[in-house]
Amino acid sequence: MTFVLQNIVDAISLGALYALTALGIGLIFGIMRLINFAHGELIMLGAYALFFTFGMHEAIMGLVAMALVIVAAIVMERVAFRPLRRANPATLLIASFALAYFLQHLVLLIFGARPKSVTFLYELSEYFVVEGLRIPKLQVVTIAITIVLLVGLVVFFRRSSIGTQMRAAAEDFGMARLVGVRANSVIAIAFLLSGVLAGIISLLYVVQTGTLTPRMGVSLVLVAFVATVIGGMGSLVGAAVGGLVVGVLTVALQAVLTVELRPYRDAFVFAVLIGFLLVRPQGLLRGRSARERI
Amino acid sequence: MQSVRAADSGTLEARDVHVRFEGVRAISGASLHLGQNEILGLIGPNGAGKTTLVNVLTGFQRPDKGSVWLSGRNVTGRTPFQLARDGVARTFQGVRLFGGLSVFQNVEAGALGVGLGGHRARERADEVLQWLNLASQAMARADALPFGEERRVGIARALAMRPRFLLLDEPAAGLNERECDELREVIRDIRRRLDCGVLLIEHNMAVIMGLCDRIHVLDQGRSIAEGAPSDIRANSDVKRAYLGEDFV
Repeated sequence: MTFVLQNIVDAISLGALYALTALGIGLIFGIMRLINFAHGELIMLGAYALFFTFGMHEAIMGLVAMALVIVAAIVMERVAFRPLRRANPATLLIASFALAYFLQHLVLLIFGARPKSVTFLYELSEYFVVEGLRIPKLQVVTIAITIVLLVGLVVFFRRSSIGTQMRAAAEDFGMARLVGVRANSVIAIAFLLSGVLAGIISLLYVVQTGTLTPRMGVSLVLVAFVATVIGGMGSLVGAAVGGLVVGVLTVALQAVLTVELRPYRDAFVFAVLIGFLLVRPQGLLRGRSARERI
Repeated sequence: MQSVRAADSGTLEARDVHVRFEGVRAISGASLHLGQNEILGLIGPNGAGKTTLVNVLTGFQRPDKGSVWLSGRNVTGRTPFQLARDGVARTFQGVRLFGGLSVFQNVEAGALGVGLGGHRARERADEVLQWLNLASQAMARADALPFGEERRVGIARALAMRPRFLLLDEPAAGLNERECDELREVIRDIRRRLDCGVLLIEHNMAVIMGLCDRIHVLDQGRSIAEGAPSDIRANSDVKRAYLGEDFV
């Protein structure tokens, strides 16, 4: 029983981390049809900011990292994506890859290829022990933050004026411009929000692993991308649910697979996901109306 | 909704507009002017260039030759977005509602777009929905609406922008008779209440003849006639070009 519960807690907290990453990707995709693979590098930059400021007060470390990631997200949009606004999605995708590699190699140049380690918010690595169940504080925090952010984002999108305009832009960007929605601010705000999400993941990720490499964001974003596809491209709640599903699947396979098969866990994860998409290519939740009329 | 009578009567004008697509002349020499507080019908056979002319007037299509004037200012080459903010709104044959948003939010987006704050935008959305008899549908998802109501929401969204000129591209297409009657009332109301010039592309002659102060006829990209409905009905060029098929 304890074994099962332990796995459920692990699954939810890993799923929450994926869900947060998927939210950041889904947010930008919904509005710009851009799959921003450089999102992972935002997370990586935040982690290196923690490394760089290590030794300062932890609140300052956290704030500097958050600020850097948010600024990087906004600059990214301004410098790399705004000039390509009218380009087709493939061009945008390639641009995001280029940006990702550029940032990885920039960090490589400055900090070197060897993994760095940094201790941040060590208290969060401690456990609550409940009935023989060991629950790391970090997992509780991760899950709580994910729920708060998801609810916050949904409320923001449904209730605020900017949220309404962002959703209008996500539905039909051209039409939104025609009714006067300011495209530049809507997109800048979307990137700002994706920066906030990426910054928070940086912090959580560093607390959890303590190890950084220039390529640390790559696998996280790949998984999150798959999660948004599973959830249904263009739906925020779908992205979060997709993240959760992938996290749960990963932990479940980790528990079920035999020791010899465990190194291939991710192959199983992706095989299941490919199977899922064959059956339901539109994802769990459909993002927008599939109807098109001329 | 109080109507503000403008001291200077604004106009939206196309002067000698030419547009060609890959060597094919879509419009070759069309001129029309739309006054505020006027309903102008734009008719012509299929392929006459009606939608292209509306695209030119709303900034979607840059003319190869000729110009567009808004209340005495040359606005040729302005983007649709800029013209929308200057009070030129339009609807599309394909409506293009924001499908995942509610009816209310669709209309609210129009009000927000022209710069109203959140509270005022919601007030205006309420007002317009009430006016167009859509209040009971306000919370419905836009992509779940029946066709006729979808069109009305498209008009409501444009009206929330409080335009000075409203260009309607075939608003009656696909509507049944009762809906057509409602549409006629709405368009009359728009002029009365908003002091807004309405340009109406329409194939439904009952709608056109019953509503318009003037009718402008395009044929093969050229303006061939303009006048009161009764004149247009009597004009032999028009009959030959267009009405001949439908009206004899």
